[in-house]
Amino acid sequence: MTTVAATSALRSLAYAIPVVLVLLVLPYIVTPYQRILMSYGLIMAIAALGFNILLGYTGLLSFGHSAYFGLGAYAVAFMVKYLHVTSMELFLLGGLIATLLVTAVFGFICVRYTRIFFAILTMALSQVLWSLAFKFFWVTGGTDGLRIPTPTILNGLVTVPKNKIAFLSHTYYYYVLIVFVVFAALMWVIVHSPFGQVLQAIRDNETRAAFLGVRVRRARWIAFMISGGFTGVAGILWAPLNGLTTPDILYWPFSGEIVFLTVLGGFGTFSGPIIGAVVFNYLKTYAVGLTVYWQLLLGAVLIVLVLALPTGIMGTLTRLTLKIKGASPK
Amino acid sequence: MELLPIHILNSLLYASTLFLIAGGLSLIYGVMRIVNLAHGSLYALGAYVTAWTIGQLAGGAPPSTLYALLPVGAIAVAAVGAIVEPTLLRPFYQRAEEYQLLVTFGLLLILEDVMRLVWGPYPLSASQPREFLGGSTIFGSQYPNYNLLVIGLGFLVAALLWAFVYRTRFGVILRATSQNMRMASALGVNVKRVYVQAFALGCFMAGLGGAFIVPIQSAVLGMGVDALIIAFVVVVIGGLGSLEGALIGALIVGFVRTLGVILFPEIELAVLYIIAAAVLLIRPIGLFGRA
Repeated sequence: MTTVAATSALRSLAYAIPVVLVLLVLPYIVTPYQRILMSYGLIMAIAALGFNILLGYTGLLSFGHSAYFGLGAYAVAFMVKYLHVTSMELFLLGGLIATLLVTAVFGFICVRYTRIFFAILTMALSQVLWSLAFKFFWVTGGTDGLRIPTPTILNGLVTVPKNKIAFLSHTYYYYVLIVFVVFAALMWVIVHSPFGQVLQAIRDNETRAAFLGVRVRRARWIAFMISGGFTGVAGILWAPLNGLTTPDILYWPFSGEIVFLTVLGGFGTFSGPIIGAVVFNYLKTYAVGLTVYWQLLLGAVLIVLVLALPTGIMGTLTRLTLKIKGASPK
Repeated sequence: MELLPIHILNSLLYASTLFLIAGGLSLIYGVMRIVNLAHGSLYALGAYVTAWTIGQLAGGAPPSTLYALLPVGAIAVAAVGAIVEPTLLRPFYQRAEEYQLLVTFGLLLILEDVMRLVWGPYPLSASQPREFLGGSTIFGSQYPNYNLLVIGLGFLVAALLWAFVYRTRFGVILRATSQNMRMASALGVNVKRVYVQAFALGCFMAGLGGAFIVPIQSAVLGMGVDALIIAFVVVVIGGLGSLEGALIGALIVGFVRTLGVILFPEIELAVLYIIAAAVLLIRPIGLFGRA
């Protein structure tokens, strides 16, 4: 067992190390705009990794993950507005606590159901938060949203450039990259741990897992909290990068986007959601730049994707490599 | 308190449009087991098509003939449904629910932008049918006659639909297919055709909702996305797949929302979602759902 896990870990590292190296030198190669774009992509990748522990590993489709992303972002905005906090680390800590508290309650309610009812229940609960953010404008700024200024990093240990673009495209890019690597590694450990195996057992056969002594509902609840926590961290990182948080990120079509990018990358694999998030981010940015009818373009991509490539980018790549490997010895 | 009759009428008006949207959503789920995320956008499409048609003819035609144009939007939406079902949805019946949700989500994105493309970003209004009918004085307050007409039509459609589903041959086939698709198929029912018809009927209802509402409030972008989530609340309260449930759910949501706007405007939407979540927790199949 340990040797299997060890080879699996080594193989994953063999893919991960070159990717991280490229991401490390990226600021010296590409324009600031591209780096900021990549930061958005990496942030969405953290959200997608969190989302996928439910969809890919536990077999639960949440249509309400905008709630946890928005909770992270709004927690940061509230800390700025009401507590005058500027430290990024305090944002992460406070935001994570706030997200986990709400996720624990929402998750406790939602995991009583599976399949379509789970999807609708998560959606309904996320819309409670959206309508509150929308209506309590004197607290949340309503549709105007709340502004988030440039944060301080490591209590001033890292100097923050005065120029906002310089900060976002360099200092903050590395900050996002480090948090991303830490959380991606954490998720890898979680899904390869015995607990991760339990989740997959539940996904494949709930009844059998229950007979084996797995406490199904509790395992789902824990997975839900991990999932919400990761998506919350993404929201926390997103807030200073975007500089403004509005109720849009709590509205249900944003949950649809998270589902979209995960399926785009392929929810059957660990790396799929990461690839999907980065690709989707580029796709959306260029579609928005290209035409005001970008939703039309994305909708068409989504339909073609689910019709023709249901396993997503990673699933299709894996199948192709297997085909090539299988064909070559002959 | 003198406004009470007006509040009740407004609740009924809201409930009758909601029933048309949610009833269609519920019918489609009941027969095909598909949760159509694009349903709200189909309602918006009905509103746009109706507003556009009335706008084209309002100058020349006598106002009384405009009422005949109201169903045009609904028929157009039903036609869209009859095209969408066999091309986009049929490949997904055997596949996992996440794909069904995603394909209808893709359809939603496309429809929203098609409406933006065709009718532009500005609201499209068609108030002539409402203005032509004038208003009545009800307990000392003015109330538009057109709104009364919509309330009446909403309940008429509900009654017709009930008769259609429970008193006609097609209704029997529809219910048989809904209960056991394989068995119905084995008994000679053309399931594919029933699915197209059921989907088109559901779309027709959504389009009719849009057509009825557009003389009262303009067609705007995003109205479909907002409507879908309220329609979800209705079907969750009433029970997915149940028409009686959709009617009762629409009435509950209509009255709670009117009450909410008066008593607790900040949390009126939140209260609706919380009611939906509470019903899911206590009785997941809804008040009228069948297990």
